[in-house]
Amino acid sequence: MEQAPPDPERQLQPASLEPLGRPDDDDLEAAVSEEAEGAQEEGSGVDTMTENNFSLKKIEISVSEAEKRTGRNAVNMQETYTAYLIETRSVEHADGQSVLTDSLWRRYSEFELLRNYLLVCYPHIVVPPLPEKRAEFVWHKLSADNMDPDFVERRRIGLENFLLRVASHPILCRDKIFYLFLTQEGNWKETVNETGFQLKADSRLKALNATFRVKNPDKRFTELKHYSDELQSVVSHLLRVRARVADRLYGVYKVHGNYGRVFSEWSAIEKEMGDGLQSAGHHMDVYASSIDDILEDEEHYADQLKEYLFYAEALRAVCRKHELMQYDLETAAQDLASKKQQCEELATGTVRTFSLKGMTTKLFGQEAPEQREARIKVLEEQISEGEQQLKSKNTEGREFVKNAWADIERFKEQKNRDLKEALISYAVMQISMCRKGIQVWTNAKECFSKM
Amino acid sequence: DLILPNGGTPAGTSSPASSSSLLNRLQLDDDIDGETRDLFVTVDDPKKHVCTMETYITYRITTKSTRAEFDLPEYSVRRRYQDFDWLRSKLEESQPTHLIPPLPEKFVVKGVVDRFSEEFVETRRKALDKFLKRITDHPVLSFNEHFNVFLTAKDLNAYRKQGIALLTRVGESVKHVTGGYKLRSRPLEFAAIGEYLDTFALKLGTIDRIAQRIIKEEIEYLVELREYGPVYSTWSALEGELAEPLEGVSACIGNCSTALEELTDDMTEDFLPVLREYILYSDSMKSVLKKRDQVQAEYEAKLEAVALRKEDRPKVPAEVEKCQDRVECFNADLKADMERWQNNKRQDFRQLLMGLADKNIQYYEKCLMAWESIIPLLQEKQEGK
Repeated sequence: MEQAPPDPERQLQPASLEPLGRPDDDDLEAAVSEEAEGAQEEGSGVDTMTENNFSLKKIEISVSEAEKRTGRNAVNMQETYTAYLIETRSVEHADGQSVLTDSLWRRYSEFELLRNYLLVCYPHIVVPPLPEKRAEFVWHKLSADNMDPDFVERRRIGLENFLLRVASHPILCRDKIFYLFLTQEGNWKETVNETGFQLKADSRLKALNATFRVKNPDKRFTELKHYSDELQSVVSHLLRVRARVADRLYGVYKVHGNYGRVFSEWSAIEKEMGDGLQSAGHHMDVYASSIDDILEDEEHYADQLKEYLFYAEALRAVCRKHELMQYDLETAAQDLASKKQQCEELATGTVRTFSLKGMTTKLFGQEAPEQREARIKVLEEQISEGEQQLKSKNTEGREFVKNAWADIERFKEQKNRDLKEALISYAVMQISMCRKGIQVWTNAKECFSKM
Repeated sequence: DLILPNGGTPAGTSSPASSSSLLNRLQLDDDIDGETRDLFVTVDDPKKHVCTMETYITYRITTKSTRAEFDLPEYSVRRRYQDFDWLRSKLEESQPTHLIPPLPEKFVVKGVVDRFSEEFVETRRKALDKFLKRITDHPVLSFNEHFNVFLTAKDLNAYRKQGIALLTRVGESVKHVTGGYKLRSRPLEFAAIGEYLDTFALKLGTIDRIAQRIIKEEIEYLVELREYGPVYSTWSALEGELAEPLEGVSACIGNCSTALEELTDDMTEDFLPVLREYILYSDSMKSVLKKRDQVQAEYEAKLEAVALRKEDRPKVPAEVEKCQDRVECFNADLKADMERWQNNKRQDFRQLLMGLADKNIQYYEKCLMAWESIIPLLQEKQEGK
């Protein structure tokens, strides 16, 4: 088995952070670079600086440390939080030497802000999820405390993984805000907020919360949404059961540890059997304590699954945005259709449908021809505007579908690759656990045979 | 289910006395410690009997022997638990200086167990078989008249009602010592045995509790595994390329569950009963030890009484001398039995614990095989891309 477990070894490999306008632009990237640039425009204040810093060929990213800190929050209350040290190294092409270019501290909330920004600015991208804020799906031995060192360590790995995922994404890696997140410690938050993404996010979120029904949903997106729901439910079920499995396995091993003590006590009263019992007891102690490492390794597997649990949410976000877009399009089309009808009614003087307007006409008599002409004119203007809008919405929609689908395809490949790797590393863990088990019991048997 | 009249009814027809019985008699010898055995007893073929009054299980007891005490070379009788119980109490009565092997407990404590379930009956059959084998291997107990009757009598009830005026004299001599005397101090040798037994029983009790707890944990682990595996199957139904790997993991967990179930079954059926037997064994041993103390106490009391008479030339009456003989006899028997028991115990535990290790090794080997077998499946797919 040469396959290295993906965590954390995989993450030590340098992730390429390519500068803007790399030569190998394919369709997908050409299509989305507009979007990326669009995002840039919004934060135009930092444009020139980025150009300069992007002269670096490649950047290695690592989250190398976590540190507990105490500070004051917005309402001036004492709070404790964890800060993570992000180190970036540029890799020079010539000799492959890496030079430390930057290191800075970020806290979880800043990662969250970065991700929210990415979510809003790249609605067609399956944005990599952050590791959990609080430990979920824990078995009893694991602490649910988010200051617990093991948890902090796993989150450190998770945050590093997040940065590497973004850095290796063909579109996200070019984002300026992301770049500044890695390189500019102060004022970063302000820079993000200057992009005005919050406004965009808020209006979209409001719309998302409203119940809306799309008349002609894209079957592919409906299926994808269904898939993300199912994936989320199956992975969370899996994680729940796995935590219980871990709990029970822990119990089985630890209870064996009691043999260690009792064999040792028993050996004190035995003559010929004594030595064998005593040393077998020692092996039982070894057996009992071996479970700690085994389950700690398994936690990495759980984290890998959790990432995909959260990815399911990211996938759904793309679907929802598509739905929203489709809804906008349909509303615009409907609006246009009704205006066209109104215009036709006014022009021909026939009222096809019962309307308030029809009523007023009947009650108060025909309006003057000038008035009617003016109204027709206004309507015609609105219609042509609406047609323009509809056209651009259509183009936007098609563009979105094209880009989103490209990213979803990319995501699917990544998912298949990652999960296969995760399954392999899980199998490897199980194999190593079995080997350890065989070893311990063989040693114990050897002792028993000497009794 | 077969319905048979109450009591031990011979099931198989015994073959008529063979012509070789004379030869057998010539060969007969008290050769228990040697390689050659001349008495073989097995317990098998449990049957459930349903009567109007009660439902019970009988076991077939097959005896093959070349000993003179047996008229036929082979016997086959059916006995129920209470017959074994009768045998044991008779042995205790008639061989008070000897360690009588324990019977499995009449009822399993925390009695959720179905007395007529296949597993329970099989576990009990093994324990009863072990009980008879221990008696068979014993140089004195195997010659006991009651034992002979138990193995051969067509109708054991007849004997039981008679109250058996057979060989009870050996027992009587000790039986009438019903306490009343208090031993001042146990000789060091026996005090040590007593202390040993106390600790031994204590430790074994702990091991028994640990083993039960492990089985309980393993069963709960099994329950979770049985849910865990199928989740991978459910997942695989959602996936295209990942379907096969996920299905593979699911099957693999299924195989591990099966291996785990075998392990817990083995532990329940083979490991726990032996622990129980030895816990009961130490109780039997303690009760023999107590009887020995009484015999010695009686002797000491009588000796003291003689000394108190302050005769010029204290003549030890024959009765007291007999008493002394009895103590020495008892001590010798007990020591021999203890030694035999220690030997058996060592061998039994070596076997038992090695078995425990073996079962665990086998379990891990099965799981190892299952996990190793899915690696190529996962990798092949990986490279296929």
